[in-house]
Amino acid sequence: MLEIKNLHATVGGKEILKGIDLTIGPGEIHALMGQNGAGKSTLSNVLVGHPAYTVTEGSITFNGKDLLALSPDERSHEGLFLSFQQPVEIPGVSMVNFMRAALNAKRKYQGLEPLDAGSFLKLMRERRKIVELDNKLTSRSVNEGFSGGEKKRNEIFQMAMLEPTMCILDETDSGLDVDALRIVAEGFNKLRTSDTSAIVITHYQRLLDYLKPDYVHVLMGGRIVKTGGPELAIEIEQRGFDWIKESLDI
Amino acid sequence: MKDISQYLELFRTERDLIDAHSVPALNALRDEAAAAFERMGFPSKKVERYRYTDVATAFAPNYGLNLSRLHIPVNPYEAFRCDIPNLSTSVYFVVNDSLYKDALPKATLPKGVIVDSLNALSMLDEVQAVHSPFSIFHSEDSLTALNSMLAQDALLIYIRAGVRAERPIQVVNILRSAVPLMVNRKVRIVAEAGAEVRLLFCDHAADDQDFLATQVMEVSVGEGAHVELYELEETHARCHRFANLYADVAAGGHLTHATLTLTNGLTRNQTDVCLSGKEASVNLLGCAITDGQQHVDNNTLIDHRAPGCTSRELYKYVVDEQSEGAFAGRILVREQAGQTESQETNANLVCTPEARIWTQPMLEIYADDVQCSHGSTVGQLNDEALFYMRQRGISESEARLLLKQAFASEVLNHITLEPLRDRLHYLIDKRFRGELNHCRTCRLCNKS
Ligand SMILES: Nc1ncnc2c1ncn2[C@@H]1O[C@H](COP(=O)(O)OP(=O)(O)OP(=O)(O)O)[C@@H](O)[C@H]1O
Ligand SMILES: [Mg+2]
Repeated sequence: MLEIKNLHATVGGKEILKGIDLTIGPGEIHALMGQNGAGKSTLSNVLVGHPAYTVTEGSITFNGKDLLALSPDERSHEGLFLSFQQPVEIPGVSMVNFMRAALNAKRKYQGLEPLDAGSFLKLMRERRKIVELDNKLTSRSVNEGFSGGEKKRNEIFQMAMLEPTMCILDETDSGLDVDALRIVAEGFNKLRTSDTSAIVITHYQRLLDYLKPDYVHVLMGGRIVKTGGPELAIEIEQRGFDWIKESLDI
Repeated sequence: MKDISQYLELFRTERDLIDAHSVPALNALRDEAAAAFERMGFPSKKVERYRYTDVATAFAPNYGLNLSRLHIPVNPYEAFRCDIPNLSTSVYFVVNDSLYKDALPKATLPKGVIVDSLNALSMLDEVQAVHSPFSIFHSEDSLTALNSMLAQDALLIYIRAGVRAERPIQVVNILRSAVPLMVNRKVRIVAEAGAEVRLLFCDHAADDQDFLATQVMEVSVGEGAHVELYELEETHARCHRFANLYADVAAGGHLTHATLTLTNGLTRNQTDVCLSGKEASVNLLGCAITDGQQHVDNNTLIDHRAPGCTSRELYKYVVDEQSEGAFAGRILVREQAGQTESQETNANLVCTPEARIWTQPMLEIYADDVQCSHGSTVGQLNDEALFYMRQRGISESEARLLLKQAFASEVLNHITLEPLRDRLHYLIDKRFRGELNHCRTCRLCNKS
């Protein structure tokens, strides 16, 4: 469903991605690992169309469509969702108005009527429960004054509302305490359908214990230099990245 | 001295007519006012407080005046629907500069509350005492002088000591004319000691016509009295508004004043508040949303003359397209005003490279032991917030709208009159969506 070919991208005039090839089929979970600054978030941002990132070469197709030709909001409507590494605070925009705008925009794209107020709030309540997001948080402004962990939980709540088919979780586990991690990860698994795919960016095994990736990739020097099964993540956790570097002679 | 002659000439040739259709209390001011106006002329941009608005050009066209007070034959109670419905059962209409008297609100005001034109009230003993202060400001401001030279009536709102006007009182100013028209409104608000009142003034223009409105409002807030005064402008591009407000707050009294400009042509609001008794407080709020060629200039002065007073000021502007906003707020803490607490904030969102904002917070402190802060910001929409929203599927235009609304809503959150606040959220939403513009004809004859 997602096919990335020879992707090169720059940010701030610097080339960060230098030829990424990655294919993700429906229902597959791909873990993406790599050292700080390797370009994992850059890849996520390129996928969702962040204007600061420029694609200089290569292609991305998503469900047969040229993803790079779509605007960020169209990509979202098509089913792409990024759980941000650092979710932004938006003072003055209430969670309710924000979610309603997002959901109704998607419904409009799908040719559906906007959800009436009652059904919308009911949906909010249901989905909130899945990630055990406090009622108090959804009555505030988007992420405003949320703790690090609350922000991450809020990302997954939004995912629950929008029901994407391709989720990118960029270090969703960082900032979550042990219980919160379990709740969020189990929430994610509950929300998954057999067609939901994901790119899970993480530095640790603990999230992968819950999400059970089909593949694990290592991003280094702007390319995916190694791909393996779940055992690769365990090995990285134990041994770090140096052995991979050495084996590649870089 | 750019052309003040047409106004002086008008005054001199029509003096008898002006006086004949006015009240003695106002006629008594005219000579002094005319002399002051002639002496000062229209303030040029070199006059500190007028540096952001070109007054002479606004006053240059030849506007008609309704000096013989001809009646406008439309009952606004039947024809007009204000954007703030159901807030008050005490709604009064001022058509051009006359209180509409052929029909009045159904609800009676509580005992001790008077809303009427000075014309009708000049005989009443109770309000004799409040007539006199009308003249005290002429020597300082040329537009106040001009207003006093020409104004033929005043709206008086009086709340007797200790009386609490439970329900808000609404005054709707409607501009109606088939030809270019100048109106001169005067308003006097007196809340005696311990009185409490909430007032909403809405400015509308019912005809697509050139209008020039001057307004002088004098507000006295008695000891321990509580006055909330909201002014909402929803006029159109051909309207010019010059409003000067002078307020005095006695010991322990409180004034909240909010100026909300949603649609307009050129507006200058000058708000002077004197905290004259100890522990008096004032909240000044302002919100201007501009695009096209709109111009909004808010100029404030808070004069701390007594110890232990508090002032808070928050003005926010969202300027789009080629529009212009200006804010100048001076806070003066005099020597005798120890234990002053003052906070002034002006924040601005500039949406295009062509839009302009001038901001000038000023703090002058002559007392010790005070807590004062002031600041201003000028910025653009937060790109990361915009992108976050777009990732969630919200279109760029909708995301911009939500961020602008969020920015403006901070001012609304300080409005304690709940139905007004809710309604303003709604109106501001419509304003940003560009749906308020067909208020050009103000839904007159469009009751739904
Ligand atoms: N907006 C930007 N402007 C300039 N440089 C950027 C920008 N975004 C990322 N970079 C640079 O690109 C490189 C890759 O950053 P990226 O955030 O993709 O790394 P990462 O793999 O996600 O790292 P981490 O594990 O620390 O999150 C870094 O050197 C970073 O400084
Ligand atoms: Mg990262």
